[in-house]
Amino acid sequence: MTMMPDKPDVRPARLPDTDYADNFSDIHPPLTAHEALVESDRCYFCYDAPCMTACPTSIDIPLFIRQIAAGNPKGAAKTIYAENILGGMCARVCPTETLCEEVCVREIAEGKPVKIGLLQRYATDRFMERDYPHPFIRAAPTGKTVAVVGAGPAGLSCAHRLASLGHDVVILDARPKPGGLNEFGIAAYKTTNDFAQDEVDFILGVGGVKIETGQMLGRDFTVDGLLSRYDAIFLGMGLPGVNDLGLAGEDADGCVDAVDFIARLRQADDLSQLAVGRRVVVIGGGMTAVDVAMQSKLLGAEEVTIAYRRGEEHMNASAYEQELARTHGVVIRHWLQPSALTVDDRGAVTAITLEFTSMDGGRLAGTGETVTLVADQVFKAIGQNFADNPMEGSGIAFERGRIRADADRRTSHPKVWAGGDCVFGGEDLTVASVEDGKIAAMSIHRTLMGLLE
Amino acid sequence: MADLSNTFLGIKSPNPFWLASAPPTDKAYNVERAFEAGWGGVVWKTLGEAGPPVVNVNGPRYGAIWGPDRRLLGLNNIELITDRDLEVNLSEMTEVKKRWPDRALIASIMVPCEEQSWKDILPRVEDTGCDGIELNFGCPHGMSERGMGAAVGQVPEYIQMVAEWCKHYSSLPVIVKLTPNITDIRYPARAARAGGADAVSLINTISSIVSVDLDSFSPNPSINGKGSHGGYCGPAVKPIALNMVAEIARDAETRGMPISGIGGITTWRDAAEFIALGCGNVQVCTAAMTYGFKIVQEMIDGLSDWMDEKGFVSIEDFRGLAVPNVTDWQYLNLNYITKARIDQELCIKCGRCHIACEDTSHQAITSMVDGVRHFEVMDDECVGCNLCVNVCPVDDCITMVEMIGGTDPRTGKQIDRDYANWTTHPNNPMARQAAE
Repeated sequence: MTMMPDKPDVRPARLPDTDYADNFSDIHPPLTAHEALVESDRCYFCYDAPCMTACPTSIDIPLFIRQIAAGNPKGAAKTIYAENILGGMCARVCPTETLCEEVCVREIAEGKPVKIGLLQRYATDRFMERDYPHPFIRAAPTGKTVAVVGAGPAGLSCAHRLASLGHDVVILDARPKPGGLNEFGIAAYKTTNDFAQDEVDFILGVGGVKIETGQMLGRDFTVDGLLSRYDAIFLGMGLPGVNDLGLAGEDADGCVDAVDFIARLRQADDLSQLAVGRRVVVIGGGMTAVDVAMQSKLLGAEEVTIAYRRGEEHMNASAYEQELARTHGVVIRHWLQPSALTVDDRGAVTAITLEFTSMDGGRLAGTGETVTLVADQVFKAIGQNFADNPMEGSGIAFERGRIRADADRRTSHPKVWAGGDCVFGGEDLTVASVEDGKIAAMSIHRTLMGLLE
Repeated sequence: MADLSNTFLGIKSPNPFWLASAPPTDKAYNVERAFEAGWGGVVWKTLGEAGPPVVNVNGPRYGAIWGPDRRLLGLNNIELITDRDLEVNLSEMTEVKKRWPDRALIASIMVPCEEQSWKDILPRVEDTGCDGIELNFGCPHGMSERGMGAAVGQVPEYIQMVAEWCKHYSSLPVIVKLTPNITDIRYPARAARAGGADAVSLINTISSIVSVDLDSFSPNPSINGKGSHGGYCGPAVKPIALNMVAEIARDAETRGMPISGIGGITTWRDAAEFIALGCGNVQVCTAAMTYGFKIVQEMIDGLSDWMDEKGFVSIEDFRGLAVPNVTDWQYLNLNYITKARIDQELCIKCGRCHIACEDTSHQAITSMVDGVRHFEVMDDECVGCNLCVNVCPVDDCITMVEMIGGTDPRTGKQIDRDYANWTTHPNNPMARQAAE
């Protein structure tokens, strides 16, 4: 176990050229028209349907499925978009097994829920492929302007709803392309064929939304600056920093920020040029940990181990995602926390030492026992943060390192709203961010139009 | 092991499953394959007059209704009687009957309503050695425009007249095949009996337009942009057929007349239901056209196993057992009171029972109890209508339970276990009149 290798083995092109396209193709192939018809017939059109309640955006699931069953997939897509304009991406990335499909009555009855996610994808894909006119018509111009910071799920959702209601919106995003984690995060096999950009274009089809890229809050503009030019602000820029392991050697070669790695992978023109270790250890227990582990394996890593400091039941990655990783050959080990990195004289990581943990009187504690895993690459996927507060001086209150927002997603500043991962208390899910953006947009609208109840 | 051997009008067949007169029985080739597969008998595709045969359309002849997985639920056709030469059919029938003496072979006939036409064809048919004849008074499409098929079946006097000719010019048993495209099926059945026919078979197909193409606005099947009504058959028509069979089986004038049951029979269970309503045998077409002849194996096994379970040794043991239980509404027991019961262990909480009852019926099922999603019947509102049972997706989750004592919480009335029907009910004006 503790035998040290000669030198770290991190390199590109581990696989034959032809394997990459297969490995990174759609992990859940879309339904054909006939499959969608048959699957839609399995829906019981429940009264006060539990799936609808479980959906963070409250999509009318029984209705859209019935529309598919009745040969009206276009209407189905409109039903989805009415509550969730990013319904196409959510159909790909939602952990449906812990949301709508978990509470489907057929899950209860026979352990086989209606494939709601795939049906949603069928309807939305078909809508976008057909180049139908945008499903919403903008209301008359209100003359109000709103700045949205971040072109990720929360910002796009907020901007779309505001634009639909007649407001003019400018989205400012730090990255060179819009889309946020849809474009730079999320495993590649969940969103193939540049879907994230297609969806952005589709959303912008409503009109009244301008996107300015390369604009970072705190660097290129400030909250106060925006307040002087816009009637309201929505903050949806996510969390730019990645939490550190807090170990010596963290800056060594081969100790990699998982979020950055996934972003590089998502933007790579040639996946074979992406260097990956022969033996990979991922630290973390969320979706990012699973995504980076799976994709390392698909890039040709021989041994991939996820080490998580608590038990299986505590992992943020759903049981389904964990199972998927395991079937792709990823080993998941629980009750292990990083305690030391081994770095060779060339400044590269060669191993990681992990300490066993257990619950001690309600607190997680190391047991003192350790195990050392040979590692050519160590991925950090233990959560994100605001590296520095980009809103310094704006007076916007924080809570446990994130922005505090109320039920309407309004911050402590009366003209600033916030949603998505940068807000405290969220679920860090695409669909939850979409809902945040929607709720904030409605609250901004009521405020700007003097419709307060 | 139950004995499925069957005698219908003295015609013997190893089982009660015959193929109806239709495309599957148009040629020796098909019929031989059917007999090899195990069918007890066939009614050969309807023969027309000697001379140039009829012609069919050269476009689609069938249209259908499907379930979402394209399970065929109803079939519609605009095919006519055989379009092969009479001589070819007669010689093939002769050959086939010789090769398969233990199977029933019936000739279906449709010629103009003139005595001479029938007088000409009947001896020729008899010469084939076939076991009986079936008069096609049923086809609702095409031939009816020429005064045959359903055009005859819709006029009881014609039925009687032709049946008489057939009994006169042929020694074979005569089956009259009835059309369902009529207001009261008892009249043509009575006419058949009055004409001396030995049996009736029913139902033939139902006049239908199976669908409309919403691009071309043509009915389907579309022949160059136009459609004509066809004959509807398959599983969808079975309830209509069962009712018509029952009406004939219980009618005072036709009671006891042999019936060959037809209409959507797809499984052994369908067949058993027709026989329970008095049919002496059954005829099948759409199921064979959907799945091929092999389905008869399931029908034979299924019927035989069910009969063994029930202790029925022969078809006659259960034939007609359901007939006495078919009655008029006015004789139904109004003191029989049931309430729906939802098995909470089986309930998957889809809420369909609630919304069906709440929106469209009697507001007798809860959706929420103490803040929890919960579906339960409120006996003080439940009229026992059975809608919830029919819309529930779970087998046996909701059942109707008879109240055998106490008070009906809906009406506040004591349960009376004595039989009482509408004829004597105080709300019936006729009953009041009789009492006065």
